[in-house]
Amino acid sequence: MQFMLLFSRQGKLRLQKWYVPLSDKEKKKITRELVQTVLARKPKMCSFLEWRDLKVVYKRYASLYFCCAIEDQDNELITLEIIHRYVELLDKYFGSVCELDIIFNFEKAYFILDEFLLGGEAQETSKKNVLKAIEQADLLQENIDFQMRLFAGSRDTAQRTGGNWTDINMVHIIIHLPPTSFICQLLYVADNNSNSPLSTLNFTVTHTHTQLCLCFLPLFRDKQCSTVWLISC
Amino acid sequence: MEAVNLLSSNKYTEKQIGYLFISVLVNSNSDLISLINNGIKNDLASRNPTFMNLALHCIANVGSREMAEAFASQIPSILVAGDTMDSVKQSAALCLLRLNRTSPDLVPMGEWTARVVHLLNDQHLGVVTAAASLITTLAQKSPEDFKTSISLAVARLSRIVTSASIDLQDYTYYFVAAPWLSVKLLRLLQCYPPPEDAALRSRLTECLETILNKAQEPPKSKKVQHSNAKNAVLFEAIALIIHHDSEPTLLVRACNQLGQFLQHRETNLRYLALESMCTLASSEFSHEAVKTHIDTVINALKTERDVSVRQRAVDLLYAMCDRSNAKQIVAEMLSYLENADYSIREEMVLKVAILAEKYAVDYTWYVDTILNLIRIAGDYVSEEVWYRVIQIVINQDDVQGYAAKTVFEALQAPACHENLVKVGGYILGEFGNLIAGDSRSSPLVQFNLLHSKFHLCSVPTRALLLSAYIKFINLFPEVKATIQDVLRSDSQLRNADVELQQRAIEYLRLSCIASTDILATVLEEMPPFPERESSILAKLKKKKGPGNLPDIDDTRWNVNGSAEHSEDTESTNKSPPSLMADLLPTNRPRPASSSPTLLSAGTMGSSHPFTDLLNLNSTPSAGASLLVDVLSDISTPAPITVSEDNFSRFVCKNNGVIYEDQLLQIGLKAEYRQNLGRIYVFYGNKTSTQFLSFSSSVTSSDTLKTQLNVHAKAVDPTVDGGAQLQQVVNIECLSDFTDAPVLDIQFRYGGTLQKIAVKLPVMLNKFFQPTEMTSQDFFQRWKQLGVPQQEVQTIFKAQHPMDTDVTNAKILGFGVALLIGVDPNPANFVGAGVIHTKNTQVGCLLRLEPNTQAQMYRLTLRTSRESVSQRLCDLLSDQF
Repeated sequence: MQFMLLFSRQGKLRLQKWYVPLSDKEKKKITRELVQTVLARKPKMCSFLEWRDLKVVYKRYASLYFCCAIEDQDNELITLEIIHRYVELLDKYFGSVCELDIIFNFEKAYFILDEFLLGGEAQETSKKNVLKAIEQADLLQENIDFQMRLFAGSRDTAQRTGGNWTDINMVHIIIHLPPTSFICQLLYVADNNSNSPLSTLNFTVTHTHTQLCLCFLPLFRDKQCSTVWLISC
Repeated sequence: MEAVNLLSSNKYTEKQIGYLFISVLVNSNSDLISLINNGIKNDLASRNPTFMNLALHCIANVGSREMAEAFASQIPSILVAGDTMDSVKQSAALCLLRLNRTSPDLVPMGEWTARVVHLLNDQHLGVVTAAASLITTLAQKSPEDFKTSISLAVARLSRIVTSASIDLQDYTYYFVAAPWLSVKLLRLLQCYPPPEDAALRSRLTECLETILNKAQEPPKSKKVQHSNAKNAVLFEAIALIIHHDSEPTLLVRACNQLGQFLQHRETNLRYLALESMCTLASSEFSHEAVKTHIDTVINALKTERDVSVRQRAVDLLYAMCDRSNAKQIVAEMLSYLENADYSIREEMVLKVAILAEKYAVDYTWYVDTILNLIRIAGDYVSEEVWYRVIQIVINQDDVQGYAAKTVFEALQAPACHENLVKVGGYILGEFGNLIAGDSRSSPLVQFNLLHSKFHLCSVPTRALLLSAYIKFINLFPEVKATIQDVLRSDSQLRNADVELQQRAIEYLRLSCIASTDILATVLEEMPPFPERESSILAKLKKKKGPGNLPDIDDTRWNVNGSAEHSEDTESTNKSPPSLMADLLPTNRPRPASSSPTLLSAGTMGSSHPFTDLLNLNSTPSAGASLLVDVLSDISTPAPITVSEDNFSRFVCKNNGVIYEDQLLQIGLKAEYRQNLGRIYVFYGNKTSTQFLSFSSSVTSSDTLKTQLNVHAKAVDPTVDGGAQLQQVVNIECLSDFTDAPVLDIQFRYGGTLQKIAVKLPVMLNKFFQPTEMTSQDFFQRWKQLGVPQQEVQTIFKAQHPMDTDVTNAKILGFGVALLIGVDPNPANFVGAGVIHTKNTQVGCLLRLEPNTQAQMYRLTLRTSRESVSQRLCDLLSDQF
């Protein structure tokens, strides 16, 4: 398998996994082209199509399209079942998975995919074994973990608001779906009742990607703040 | 940087986030890579399976060269170590696979390879699944090293297919036992030929039979996943059966199974069945079985709602086509083409054109088919397709009249496609005379019909039509005036397009100045094209990529008739200045020829002769336009300088430019019959001023006078600026000779006297008459001329690239008959001819043996006269 893409009916890319080295530009081009092609197809059509010199196998689950590109000698039907098994895994892990689960917990989706497929080949086809590995990993998650998931451009304030923290020196914030260029400003609010900002912090974005960016904020113990708002993106 | 710090954290979550970001965000040339590698290295050595897995996943996801360099040697040892956890083994196997794909040179082979193969025996099916992928990839690269995997794979496969579906517990997927592993094992076996060991082979056959049998069993579940998984294994098994191509019963069973799928209600299965049958059609054992499904496939073409399925149906029809069903298939494809999807039309047109040509029983059918093709899908008919139909019509005498009649009728449709106008213009221009007898298609009617389309066409088509018109002038003198009127009109002579304008002017002048003889020579019918691979097929191959066209057997190309070599092949391999000369031969041992003339004058230069003849777009290049010079319409600043070897360039040809300077260009056109010859010498005044007291005469040495009678006719004493003068020189050969006569020219230009002396290319070989003979005759005579004095042999180094076609053309141009199939070594060239002089006739045999490795030739000549042998040998050995 050369790559796997998950995208919504609206053409928004939700997850991408590349098993061949390609430049970002190429990846974007391929994604755009393929999303258009697949979305244009009618429901009764067959799940396989020839695309460039690859074979594309896709299947739609609710609002999500799962789309794999395989090479000429690869088996189409078994690829279709790879997609299905992956969906089963997600379903089992999240408990009737929906698109939002994948948006909110995309890293879990990646971890499950890594346990199931590696280097484009099936690694472990037993559902039980894959989930066992993921659960083991989850057990190791420390409670002090503070990950903030903020959604850029979201209208829902809840999605732009982080949680409480008090005694952490360093925090990494994952911002989902960042726009291509943006200036981020964080607002510390001392007290939930008064919406007056305690202080603002402009921060730098260290790594960006089409789907997420990772920010590291130095925080000081004395700044007792309860909420973080992402105000501009 | 922070992400890298996270990697070295001991907290799992931080490590995990670190790895995630590195996998997703880091590109391979990041300068942090060494820090990252360090973190990964620590985790690999940690013996904590969770951390090791994270690290291995990261390597597999990034898969960069730097990572391969750092870890390629470490991972194999993790993979085969006895105490490695199963899950780590799985990751390690696939991680290694990924590194092997990106940088195979960095993954060392070693003693671990043997132990990897034994992972196929592992207890844990997950490990086997992962290892099977790795082994397949490695086995594709070095099959010998992994040969032992065959027996292990067969054993494992046999255990899976015979197991009860619950045995494998969680590896059973919707009642199918380990479908992924089965598919991978079947893939692995496709790296090898059928096993030699009989027991192993029968065990494998048993497995394949079981898989085929299972397809017939009632499904254990109604879920699509069950049938998909089951059929995935089935299709992979069929792929293996096709790959082995050795068990006729299995192949036929596979074909029948696929036949059932052709009518299955699952679109996916119909698609795959069509695809898989395509490969089955190329096996001799199952080709007939595939053919029985023709009606179903044609039905699929008509009724399938999904274009990609219809595309597969087209592919299959193409693959199953042979002589017996070609007419049906081509007819069906044509009728489908009328409403086919735009995306596949062009490919379909190519396929129809190829099938029609390949399986043409009679050429009238072929011509009909292609004309239909143009009518139905004119926009998708690429140039190659209509070039090809012209190529074939020209090479097949018997179809020319029919083709002319058919295109004439097709052109009468009120709206016809431009491509049809092109084909029509070309064919009527060549063969319009064949139907001119009928009053309904008299010359004038033909011309008016073509000209009625003229204004609707694009520039290249108009250019082609102009060429057709000038050919009409030659074919039908009665319409000359009409055509000249058309050419003379302002819309032609002052056309904004330079190509059209030039053609109109040249053709008009040509038709006014040239005598009917010259016109007839210049505008003669096209010579047959050399046989070569169809340009259409080449195009389809390019489109599909190599290896994607089953069932194309090049030796079956039988359309081009006899393999005559046209000198077009030769001319394209030479430098431009000599091109025109080559197009005007007169004493070749085959129907004298040449017609693209002006049309090609501007366009010969690239390497594809056929396309060039029709390539109307390029502007004329200066050096090639001899005719332009001859006609003196445009004075081209020709870049040619007189080269010392101009004389020897005329050994194998009769026409061309013998001399050129800033003032004067001298062109030659010669004809020889038996011991007589006539040379037309053209003096072109390249300046705008008159040449005064122009005179030219031929002088010969005293010896030569006794051997050769040369008589030059007197010429006008003035040559106007830009004009051109013709002189006729008559030659009679009395006996064999070595010297050559000299042409002395003098004239006054701007008050100064100019003197020029040019050696006339009259050589002994010009008086050759070719002699065809059989191999037996040839060697009999060869032996008769065995006296040492009669033979002259020379060995010399090749001065030009050693190209068979060029050499053939040169030997023909030398004047002898080229005897094909006479010499036991097909690489050698053998020729025979008779030299005619007034006193005697001298038989001559020649043999040229190329040695491509050394870039040397050996030339042997045997004639009854020593002096003749020597002279001919000297002349010819310069040519290669």
